[in-house]
Amino acid sequence: MKKGPFVQGLRCRECGRGYPAEALHVCEWCFGPLEVVYDYEAIAASISRQSVAAGPKTIWRYADLLPASPDGAVDLGAGLTPLLRADRLGAELGLSDLWLKNDTVNPTGSFKDRVVSVALTRARELGFKVAACASTGNLANSVAAHAARAGMRSVVCIPADLERPKVVTTAVFGGVLVAVNGNYDEVNRLCAELASEYPTWAFVNVNVRSYYAEGSKTLAFEVAEQLGWKVPDHVVVPIASGSQLTKVAKGFREMFKVGLLDEEPAVRISGAQAQGCSPVAAAFDSGADFIRPVRPSGIAKSLAIGDPADGAYALDEVRRSGGAVAAVTDDEIVDGIRLLARTEGIFAETAGGVTIGVLAKLAASGVVKPNERVVAFITGNGLKTLDAVAAECGPTVTVAPKLEDFQAALGVADWQ
Amino acid sequence: MSVKVRIPTQLRALAGGAGEVQVEGATVGDALKALDAAHPGFGERLFDESGNLRRFVNVFMGEEDIRFLSGLGTPVPDGAVVSVVPAVAGG
Repeated sequence: MKKGPFVQGLRCRECGRGYPAEALHVCEWCFGPLEVVYDYEAIAASISRQSVAAGPKTIWRYADLLPASPDGAVDLGAGLTPLLRADRLGAELGLSDLWLKNDTVNPTGSFKDRVVSVALTRARELGFKVAACASTGNLANSVAAHAARAGMRSVVCIPADLERPKVVTTAVFGGVLVAVNGNYDEVNRLCAELASEYPTWAFVNVNVRSYYAEGSKTLAFEVAEQLGWKVPDHVVVPIASGSQLTKVAKGFREMFKVGLLDEEPAVRISGAQAQGCSPVAAAFDSGADFIRPVRPSGIAKSLAIGDPADGAYALDEVRRSGGAVAAVTDDEIVDGIRLLARTEGIFAETAGGVTIGVLAKLAASGVVKPNERVVAFITGNGLKTLDAVAAECGPTVTVAPKLEDFQAALGVADWQ
Repeated sequence: MSVKVRIPTQLRALAGGAGEVQVEGATVGDALKALDAAHPGFGERLFDESGNLRRFVNVFMGEEDIRFLSGLGTPVPDGAVVSVVPAVAGG
Protein backbone atom coordinates (compact mmCIF):
# COMPACT_ATOMS: atom_id res chain seq x y z
CA MET A 1 0.00 0.00 0.00
CA LYS A 2 1.28 3.44 -0.86
CA LYS A 3 2.04 5.46 2.24
CA GLY A 4 2.31 9.13 2.93
CA PRO A 5 3.51 11.72 2.58
CA PHE A 6 1.89 12.78 5.81
CA VAL A 7 1.87 16.44 4.89
CA GLN A 8 -1.01 18.60 6.02
CA GLY A 9 0.17 21.88 4.53
CA LEU A 10 2.60 24.71 5.13
CA ARG A 11 2.68 27.16 8.02
CA CYS A 12 4.52 30.44 8.56
CA ARG A 13 7.17 30.03 11.22
CA GLU A 14 6.75 33.68 12.25
CA CYS A 15 3.01 34.42 12.27
CA GLY A 16 1.47 30.95 12.03
CA ARG A 17 -0.65 31.56 8.92
CA GLY A 18 -1.44 28.36 7.04
CA TYR A 19 -0.94 27.62 3.34
CA PRO A 20 -1.53 24.66 1.03
CA ALA A 21 1.42 22.34 0.28
CA GLU A 22 2.35 24.05 -2.98
CA ALA A 23 5.46 25.78 -4.33
CA LEU A 24 5.41 28.51 -1.69
CA HIS A 25 8.25 29.37 0.63
CA VAL A 26 7.42 32.79 2.04
CA CYS A 27 4.42 33.96 4.04
CA GLU A 28 2.45 36.43 1.97
CA TRP A 29 1.67 38.38 5.07
CA CYS A 30 4.95 38.82 6.95
CA PHE A 31 7.54 37.24 4.60
CA GLY A 32 8.43 34.64 7.25
CA PRO A 33 9.58 31.19 6.11
CA LEU A 34 6.97 28.51 5.52
CA GLU A 35 7.47 25.17 7.24
CA VAL A 36 5.96 21.82 6.35
CA VAL A 37 3.21 20.69 8.75
CA TYR A 38 2.92 16.94 9.32
CA ASP A 39 0.35 14.66 10.86
CA TYR A 40 2.68 13.25 13.51
CA GLU A 41 0.08 10.91 14.95
CA ALA A 42 -0.34 9.23 11.60
CA ILE A 43 3.43 9.08 11.15
CA ALA A 44 3.85 7.55 14.60
CA ALA A 45 1.32 4.88 13.65
CA SER A 46 3.20 4.16 10.42
CA ILE A 47 6.87 4.36 11.31
CA SER A 48 8.92 2.10 13.56
CA ARG A 49 12.55 1.17 14.02
CA GLN A 50 11.76 -2.01 12.10
CA SER A 51 10.08 -0.21 9.21
CA VAL A 52 13.04 2.13 8.91
CA ALA A 53 15.55 -0.72 9.05
CA ALA A 54 13.62 -2.52 6.31
CA GLY A 55 13.65 0.55 4.07
CA PRO A 56 16.10 1.54 1.33
CA LYS A 57 19.69 2.36 2.27
CA THR A 58 19.12 6.01 1.43
CA ILE A 59 17.38 9.02 2.96
CA TRP A 60 14.13 7.51 1.68
CA ARG A 61 14.12 4.99 4.56
CA TYR A 62 12.74 8.04 6.42
CA ALA A 63 10.12 8.87 3.80
CA ASP A 64 7.36 9.06 6.42
CA LEU A 65 9.10 12.13 7.86
CA LEU A 66 9.79 13.75 4.47
CA PRO A 67 7.43 15.95 2.46
CA ALA A 68 7.39 13.90 -0.74
CA SER A 69 6.46 10.39 -1.76
CA PRO A 70 9.24 7.81 -2.05
CA ASP A 71 7.51 6.29 -5.06
CA GLY A 72 9.26 7.74 -8.05
CA ALA A 73 11.73 9.71 -5.94
CA VAL A 74 14.49 11.56 -7.78
CA ASP A 75 17.16 9.38 -6.25
CA LEU A 76 20.88 8.92 -6.81
CA GLY A 77 21.27 7.11 -3.48
CA ALA A 78 21.85 10.02 -1.12
CA GLY A 79 22.08 9.30 2.57
CA LEU A 80 22.83 6.51 5.03
CA THR A 81 26.44 7.62 4.93
CA PRO A 82 28.94 6.17 7.43
CA LEU A 83 29.01 7.29 11.05
CA LEU A 84 32.59 6.59 12.07
CA ARG A 85 34.06 6.48 15.53
CA ALA A 86 37.09 8.80 15.45
CA ASP A 87 39.46 7.73 18.19
CA ARG A 88 42.63 9.03 16.57
CA LEU A 89 41.20 12.50 15.95
CA GLY A 90 39.57 12.36 19.37
CA ALA A 91 42.95 11.68 21.00
CA GLU A 92 44.42 14.75 19.26
CA LEU A 93 41.57 16.93 20.52
CA GLY A 94 41.19 15.40 23.99
CA LEU A 95 37.77 13.90 23.24
CA SER A 96 37.05 10.34 24.29
CA ASP A 97 33.83 9.64 22.37
CA LEU A 98 34.07 11.46 19.04
CA TRP A 99 32.20 10.40 15.90
CA LEU A 100 32.17 11.69 12.34
CA LYS A 101 29.15 11.70 10.04
CA ASN A 102 30.92 11.28 6.72
CA ASP A 103 28.66 12.97 4.19
CA THR A 104 31.55 13.40 1.75
CA VAL A 105 30.54 10.05 0.23
CA ASN A 106 27.14 11.13 -1.04
CA PRO A 107 26.54 10.76 -4.81
CA THR A 108 27.87 14.22 -5.70
CA GLY A 109 30.13 14.50 -2.69
CA SER A 110 28.13 16.58 -0.25
CA PHE A 111 25.11 16.61 2.06
CA LYS A 112 23.27 18.65 -0.58
CA ASP A 113 22.20 15.42 -2.24
CA ARG A 114 19.86 14.89 0.70
CA VAL A 115 18.01 18.15 0.27
CA VAL A 116 18.02 18.07 -3.52
CA SER A 117 16.60 14.56 -3.70
CA VAL A 118 13.69 15.74 -1.54
CA ALA A 119 13.28 19.06 -3.36
CA LEU A 120 13.20 17.64 -6.87
CA THR A 121 10.98 14.74 -5.87
CA ARG A 122 8.49 17.27 -4.52
CA ALA A 123 9.04 19.58 -7.51
CA ARG A 124 8.17 16.77 -9.89
CA GLU A 125 5.05 15.96 -7.87
CA LEU A 126 4.05 19.61 -8.25
CA GLY A 127 4.52 19.37 -12.02
CA PHE A 128 7.78 21.29 -12.45
CA LYS A 129 10.01 20.38 -15.39
CA VAL A 130 12.88 22.78 -14.74
CA ALA A 131 15.16 22.61 -11.69
CA ALA A 132 17.06 25.74 -10.67
CA CYS A 133 19.10 27.09 -7.78
CA ALA A 134 21.52 29.67 -6.45
CA SER A 135 24.60 27.85 -5.25
CA THR A 136 28.01 28.14 -3.64
CA GLY A 137 28.97 24.97 -5.53
CA ASN A 138 27.86 21.86 -3.70
CA LEU A 139 24.24 22.54 -4.44
CA ALA A 140 25.13 23.27 -8.07
CA ASN A 141 26.68 19.81 -8.43
CA SER A 142 23.72 18.16 -6.82
CA VAL A 143 20.94 19.98 -8.67
CA ALA A 144 22.62 19.44 -12.05
CA ALA A 145 23.13 15.74 -11.33
CA HIS A 146 19.68 15.02 -9.92
CA ALA A 147 18.03 16.98 -12.73
CA ALA A 148 19.97 14.91 -15.26
CA ARG A 149 18.86 11.74 -13.50
CA ALA A 150 15.24 12.91 -13.51
CA GLY A 151 15.29 14.10 -17.13
CA MET A 152 14.58 17.66 -15.99
CA ARG A 153 16.24 20.74 -17.42
CA SER A 154 18.42 22.63 -14.98
CA VAL A 155 19.45 26.25 -14.56
CA VAL A 156 22.16 26.66 -11.95
CA CYS A 157 23.45 30.08 -10.88
CA ILE A 158 26.86 30.37 -9.20
CA PRO A 159 29.24 33.18 -8.27
CA ALA A 160 31.72 33.54 -11.15
CA ASP A 161 34.72 33.13 -8.81
CA LEU A 162 33.74 29.65 -7.65
CA GLU A 163 36.41 26.94 -7.31
CA ARG A 164 37.16 25.43 -10.72
CA PRO A 165 36.39 21.81 -9.71
CA LYS A 166 32.87 22.78 -8.66
CA VAL A 167 32.30 24.47 -12.01
CA VAL A 168 33.46 21.40 -13.94
CA THR A 169 31.53 18.95 -11.77
CA THR A 170 28.36 20.93 -12.40
CA ALA A 171 28.77 21.63 -16.11
CA VAL A 172 29.47 17.99 -16.90
CA PHE A 173 25.82 17.13 -16.24
CA GLY A 174 24.77 19.20 -19.23
CA GLY A 175 22.39 21.76 -17.74
CA VAL A 176 22.54 25.52 -18.07
CA LEU A 177 25.25 26.91 -15.78
CA VAL A 178 25.12 30.67 -15.22
CA ALA A 179 28.23 32.29 -13.74
CA VAL A 180 27.14 35.55 -12.10
CA ASN A 181 29.60 38.38 -11.53
CA GLY A 182 28.81 38.79 -7.85
CA ASN A 183 29.03 37.04 -4.50
CA TYR A 184 26.63 34.35 -3.33
CA ASP A 185 24.25 36.80 -1.67
CA GLU A 186 23.95 38.66 -4.95
CA VAL A 187 23.33 35.41 -6.85
CA ASN A 188 20.75 34.51 -4.24
CA ARG A 189 18.98 37.81 -4.61
CA LEU A 190 18.95 37.38 -8.39
CA CYS A 191 17.37 33.95 -7.98
CA ALA A 192 14.79 35.29 -5.51
CA GLU A 193 13.78 37.77 -8.24
CA LEU A 194 13.97 35.15 -11.00
CA ALA A 195 11.63 32.92 -9.01
CA SER A 196 9.01 35.67 -9.34
CA GLU A 197 9.56 35.97 -13.08
CA TYR A 198 9.79 32.24 -13.89
CA PRO A 199 7.09 30.61 -11.76
CA THR A 200 7.33 27.37 -13.77
CA TRP A 201 10.88 26.75 -12.55
CA ALA A 202 11.53 24.95 -9.29
CA PHE A 203 14.30 26.89 -7.54
CA VAL A 204 15.20 24.32 -4.93
CA ASN A 205 16.34 26.92 -2.39
CA VAL A 206 13.72 29.53 -3.23
CA ASN A 207 10.17 28.52 -4.15
CA VAL A 208 10.48 24.86 -3.05
CA ARG A 209 12.81 25.64 -0.16
CA SER A 210 10.25 24.57 2.45
CA TYR A 211 10.48 20.99 1.14
CA TYR A 212 14.16 21.11 0.27
CA ALA A 213 15.26 22.11 3.76
CA GLU A 214 13.48 19.13 5.30
CA GLY A 215 16.03 16.82 3.68
CA SER A 216 18.65 17.88 6.22
CA LYS A 217 16.65 16.25 9.01
CA THR A 218 17.86 12.90 7.69
CA LEU A 219 21.33 13.72 9.08
CA ALA A 220 19.86 13.62 12.59
CA PHE A 221 17.70 10.57 11.87
CA GLU A 222 20.65 8.55 10.61
CA VAL A 223 23.01 9.57 13.40
CA ALA A 224 20.54 8.45 16.07
CA GLU A 225 19.78 5.22 14.20
CA GLN A 226 23.49 4.49 13.75
CA LEU A 227 24.08 5.06 17.46
CA GLY A 228 21.51 2.38 18.27
CA TRP A 229 18.50 4.72 18.44
CA LYS A 230 20.22 7.06 20.86
CA VAL A 231 21.15 10.68 20.34
CA PRO A 232 24.65 12.05 20.90
CA ASP A 233 25.34 14.56 23.67
CA HIS A 234 26.65 17.21 21.32
CA VAL A 235 26.77 17.83 17.57
CA VAL A 236 28.95 20.29 15.65
CA VAL A 237 27.38 21.52 12.42
CA PRO A 238 28.73 24.00 9.85
CA ILE A 239 26.62 27.12 9.33
CA ALA A 240 26.07 28.76 5.94
CA SER A 241 22.38 29.70 5.74
CA GLY A 242 21.77 28.01 9.10
CA SER A 243 19.17 25.70 7.59
CA GLN A 244 21.10 22.47 8.10
CA LEU A 245 21.73 23.14 11.79
CA THR A 246 18.11 24.12 12.37
CA LYS A 247 16.83 20.98 10.65
CA VAL A 248 19.24 18.68 12.49
CA ALA A 249 17.76 19.99 15.74
CA LYS A 250 14.25 19.48 14.39
CA GLY A 251 15.11 15.97 13.25
CA PHE A 252 16.08 14.80 16.73
CA ARG A 253 12.86 16.26 18.17
CA GLU A 254 10.71 14.61 15.51
CA MET A 255 12.23 11.19 16.17
CA PHE A 256 11.01 11.37 19.75
CA LYS A 257 7.63 12.72 18.65
CA VAL A 258 6.97 9.72 16.40
CA GLY A 259 8.29 7.14 18.85
CA LEU A 260 11.70 6.33 17.36
CA LEU A 261 13.49 7.51 20.52
CA ASP A 262 12.64 6.39 24.05
CA GLU A 263 13.63 9.61 25.76
CA GLU A 264 13.14 13.23 24.86
CA PRO A 265 16.46 14.21 23.26
CA ALA A 266 18.69 16.84 24.83
CA VAL A 267 21.39 17.37 22.24
CA ARG A 268 23.74 20.31 22.56
CA ILE A 269 24.17 21.92 19.16
CA SER A 270 27.18 23.99 18.19
CA GLY A 271 27.76 25.84 14.95
CA ALA A 272 30.91 26.31 12.88
CA GLN A 273 31.74 29.28 10.67
CA ALA A 274 34.79 30.67 8.91
CA GLN A 275 36.06 34.04 10.09
CA GLY A 276 35.77 35.30 6.52
CA CYS A 277 32.00 34.96 6.86
CA SER A 278 30.86 34.65 10.44
CA PRO A 279 27.69 36.69 10.95
CA VAL A 280 26.11 34.02 13.17
CA ALA A 281 29.25 33.60 15.31
CA ALA A 282 29.40 37.39 15.68
CA ALA A 283 25.77 37.52 16.84
CA PHE A 284 26.43 34.66 19.27
CA ASP A 285 29.43 36.49 20.73
CA SER A 286 27.66 39.81 21.05
CA GLY A 287 24.47 38.39 22.53
CA ALA A 288 22.38 39.77 19.67
CA ASP A 289 19.22 37.93 18.59
CA PHE A 290 19.43 39.19 15.01
CA ILE A 291 22.04 38.70 12.32
CA ARG A 292 23.95 41.62 10.86
CA PRO A 293 24.87 40.69 7.27
CA VAL A 294 28.52 40.70 6.21
CA ARG A 295 30.46 40.61 2.95
CA PRO A 296 32.12 37.19 2.74
CA SER A 297 35.80 36.56 2.10
CA GLY A 298 38.20 33.64 2.55
CA ILE A 299 38.56 30.10 1.30
CA ALA A 300 35.40 28.52 2.72
CA LYS A 301 33.26 29.41 -0.27
CA SER A 302 30.66 26.73 0.35
CA LEU A 303 29.78 28.51 3.62
CA ALA A 304 30.06 32.05 2.24
CA ILE A 305 26.56 33.32 2.88
CA GLY A 306 26.77 36.82 4.33
CA ASP A 307 23.03 37.14 4.86
CA PRO A 308 21.94 33.74 6.20
CA ALA A 309 18.20 33.14 5.85
CA ASP A 310 18.00 30.85 8.87
CA GLY A 311 20.78 32.49 10.86
CA ALA A 312 18.52 33.71 13.66
CA TYR A 313 16.85 30.32 13.98
CA ALA A 314 20.23 28.56 14.09
CA LEU A 315 21.36 30.98 16.78
CA ASP A 316 18.23 30.20 18.74
CA GLU A 317 18.77 26.41 18.54
CA VAL A 318 22.37 26.79 19.65
CA ARG A 319 21.52 28.99 22.63
CA ARG A 320 18.55 26.89 23.72
CA SER A 321 20.62 23.71 23.65
CA GLY A 322 23.62 25.12 25.51
CA GLY A 323 25.98 25.00 22.53
CA ALA A 324 28.14 27.70 21.00
CA VAL A 325 29.03 29.19 17.62
CA ALA A 326 32.69 29.79 16.85
CA ALA A 327 34.72 30.80 13.81
CA VAL A 328 38.16 29.85 12.50
CA THR A 329 40.71 31.49 10.21
CA ASP A 330 41.66 30.26 6.75
CA ASP A 331 44.88 28.79 8.17
CA GLU A 332 42.91 26.94 10.83
CA ILE A 333 40.57 25.63 8.12
CA VAL A 334 43.51 24.17 6.19
CA ASP A 335 44.91 22.72 9.42
CA GLY A 336 41.50 21.17 10.11
CA ILE A 337 41.33 19.56 6.66
CA ARG A 338 44.81 18.11 7.08
CA LEU A 339 44.25 16.96 10.66
CA LEU A 340 41.08 15.12 9.67
CA ALA A 341 42.78 13.53 6.68
CA ARG A 342 45.89 12.56 8.64
CA THR A 343 44.07 11.05 11.61
CA GLU A 344 40.95 9.53 10.12
CA GLY A 345 41.45 9.11 6.38
CA ILE A 346 38.68 11.47 5.36
CA PHE A 347 39.39 14.23 2.86
CA ALA A 348 36.92 17.05 3.42
CA GLU A 349 36.36 20.28 1.56
CA THR A 350 36.86 23.62 3.28
CA ALA A 351 33.55 23.37 5.17
CA GLY A 352 34.87 20.20 6.81
CA GLY A 353 38.01 22.07 7.77
CA VAL A 354 35.79 24.71 9.35
CA THR A 355 33.92 22.08 11.33
CA ILE A 356 37.08 20.34 12.56
CA GLY A 357 38.76 23.67 13.31
CA VAL A 358 35.81 24.83 15.38
CA LEU A 359 35.52 21.44 17.08
CA ALA A 360 39.18 21.78 18.11
CA LYS A 361 38.56 25.28 19.37
CA LEU A 362 35.46 24.35 21.36
CA ALA A 363 37.22 21.30 22.81
CA ALA A 364 40.15 23.47 23.89
CA SER A 365 37.87 26.03 25.51
CA GLY A 366 35.83 23.36 27.31
CA VAL A 367 32.54 24.04 25.52
CA VAL A 368 32.78 20.54 24.06
CA LYS A 369 33.50 18.36 27.09
CA PRO A 370 36.11 15.57 27.04
CA ASN A 371 33.65 12.77 27.80
CA GLU A 372 30.69 13.92 25.77
CA ARG A 373 29.56 11.77 22.88
CA VAL A 374 30.18 14.23 20.05
CA VAL A 375 29.25 13.95 16.38
CA ALA A 376 30.88 16.30 13.86
CA PHE A 377 29.21 16.65 10.47
CA ILE A 378 31.67 16.43 7.58
CA THR A 379 29.49 17.67 4.77
CA GLY A 380 31.59 17.92 1.59
CA ASN A 381 34.37 16.14 -0.29
CA GLY A 382 37.91 17.54 -0.43
CA LEU A 383 38.26 16.91 -4.16
CA LYS A 384 35.96 19.88 -4.67
CA THR A 385 38.38 22.34 -3.07
CA LEU A 386 41.80 20.96 -3.97
CA ASP A 387 43.33 24.42 -4.15
CA ALA A 388 42.85 24.90 -0.42
CA VAL A 389 45.55 22.36 0.36
CA ALA A 390 47.36 22.02 -2.98
CA ALA A 391 50.26 24.23 -1.93
CA GLU A 392 51.05 22.06 1.07
CA CYS A 393 50.28 18.65 -0.37
CA GLY A 394 52.68 17.18 -2.92
CA PRO A 395 55.23 14.39 -3.19
CA THR A 396 57.40 13.92 -0.10
CA VAL A 397 60.40 13.37 -2.37
CA THR A 398 61.02 12.72 -6.06
CA VAL A 399 63.43 9.91 -6.84
CA ALA A 400 64.90 7.99 -9.74
CA PRO A 401 63.37 4.51 -10.25
CA LYS A 402 66.21 2.89 -8.30
CA LEU A 403 66.20 1.08 -4.96
CA GLU A 404 69.27 2.93 -3.64
CA ASP A 405 67.81 6.29 -4.56
CA PHE A 406 64.57 5.50 -2.76
CA GLN A 407 66.34 4.33 0.38
CA ALA A 408 68.75 7.24 0.41
CA ALA A 409 65.97 9.76 -0.03
CA LEU A 410 63.54 8.37 2.51
CA GLY A 411 65.53 6.55 5.14
CA VAL A 412 62.49 4.42 5.95
CA ALA A 413 64.18 1.04 5.82
CA ASP A 414 63.25 0.33 9.42
CA TRP A 415 59.48 0.86 8.99
CA GLN A 416 57.61 -2.28 9.94
CA MET B 1 12.98 62.25 -6.52
CA SER B 2 11.23 59.81 -8.79
CA VAL B 3 11.93 56.25 -7.68
CA LYS B 4 11.00 52.92 -9.17
CA VAL B 5 10.05 50.30 -6.54
CA ARG B 6 10.22 46.67 -7.61
CA ILE B 7 7.59 44.50 -5.96
CA PRO B 8 7.96 40.75 -5.26
CA THR B 9 5.25 38.29 -6.31
CA GLN B 10 3.90 38.03 -2.77
CA LEU B 11 2.87 41.71 -2.72
CA ARG B 12 1.88 42.35 -6.32
CA ALA B 13 -1.83 41.93 -5.62
CA LEU B 14 -1.62 45.11 -3.53
CA ALA B 15 -0.47 47.04 -6.58
CA GLY B 16 -3.04 45.60 -8.95
CA GLY B 17 -0.59 42.93 -10.09
CA ALA B 18 2.18 45.35 -11.07
CA GLY B 19 5.81 44.27 -10.61
CA GLU B 20 7.04 47.89 -10.52
CA VAL B 21 5.57 51.08 -9.12
CA GLN B 22 6.82 54.65 -9.67
CA VAL B 23 6.77 56.82 -6.54
CA GLU B 24 8.34 60.03 -5.15
CA GLY B 25 10.66 60.17 -2.16
CA ALA B 26 14.03 61.48 -0.94
CA THR B 27 14.98 58.38 1.04
CA VAL B 28 14.25 54.66 0.82
CA GLY B 29 11.90 55.02 3.80
CA ASP B 30 10.04 57.89 2.11
CA ALA B 31 9.71 55.89 -1.09
CA LEU B 32 8.20 52.93 0.76
CA LYS B 33 5.80 55.26 2.62
CA ALA B 34 4.78 56.77 -0.71
CA LEU B 35 4.18 53.25 -1.99
CA ASP B 36 1.82 52.63 0.93
CA ALA B 37 0.04 55.94 0.25
CA ALA B 38 -0.46 55.03 -3.40
CA HIS B 39 -1.43 51.43 -2.68
CA PRO B 40 -2.71 51.11 0.88
CA GLY B 41 -1.66 47.87 2.58
CA PHE B 42 2.04 47.90 1.76
CA GLY B 43 2.94 49.55 5.05
CA GLU B 44 1.64 46.84 7.35
CA ARG B 45 3.19 44.15 5.19
CA LEU B 46 6.66 45.70 5.09
CA PHE B 47 6.88 47.20 8.58
CA ASP B 48 6.27 45.80 12.05
CA GLU B 49 4.37 47.58 14.84
CA SER B 50 7.43 49.65 15.79
CA GLY B 51 7.89 50.90 12.26
CA ASN B 52 10.96 48.79 11.54
CA LEU B 53 11.27 46.71 8.42
CA ARG B 54 10.04 43.19 9.12
CA ARG B 55 12.77 40.68 9.86
CA PHE B 56 12.33 38.75 6.61
CA VAL B 57 12.05 41.72 4.26
CA ASN B 58 15.20 42.79 2.45
CA VAL B 59 15.38 46.11 0.64
CA PHE B 60 17.96 47.05 -1.95
CA MET B 61 18.86 50.47 -3.34
CA GLY B 62 20.15 49.64 -6.78
CA GLU B 63 22.40 46.63 -6.23
CA GLU B 64 23.11 47.32 -2.55
CA ASP B 65 21.38 45.94 0.55
CA ILE B 66 20.30 49.04 2.50
CA ARG B 67 21.72 47.48 5.68
CA PHE B 68 25.15 48.17 4.13
CA LEU B 69 24.04 51.77 3.45
CA SER B 70 22.03 53.97 5.81
CA GLY B 71 18.99 51.72 6.21
CA LEU B 72 15.64 53.38 5.60
CA GLY B 73 17.42 56.75 5.73
CA THR B 74 19.46 55.92 2.62
CA PRO B 75 19.05 58.81 0.14
CA VAL B 76 17.68 57.86 -3.27
CA PRO B 77 18.95 59.67 -6.36
CA ASP B 78 16.45 60.57 -9.08
CA GLY B 79 15.63 57.52 -11.19
CA ALA B 80 16.85 55.08 -8.55
CA VAL B 81 15.48 51.55 -8.34
CA VAL B 82 14.47 50.26 -4.91
CA SER B 83 13.79 46.51 -4.73
CA VAL B 84 11.80 44.67 -2.07
CA VAL B 85 12.97 41.05 -1.91
CA PRO B 86 11.94 38.26 0.46
CA ALA B 87 14.87 37.40 2.71
CA VAL B 88 14.09 33.71 2.97
CA ALA B 89 16.09 32.10 0.20
CA GLY B 90 19.30 30.28 -0.35
CA GLY B 91 21.54 27.96 1.56
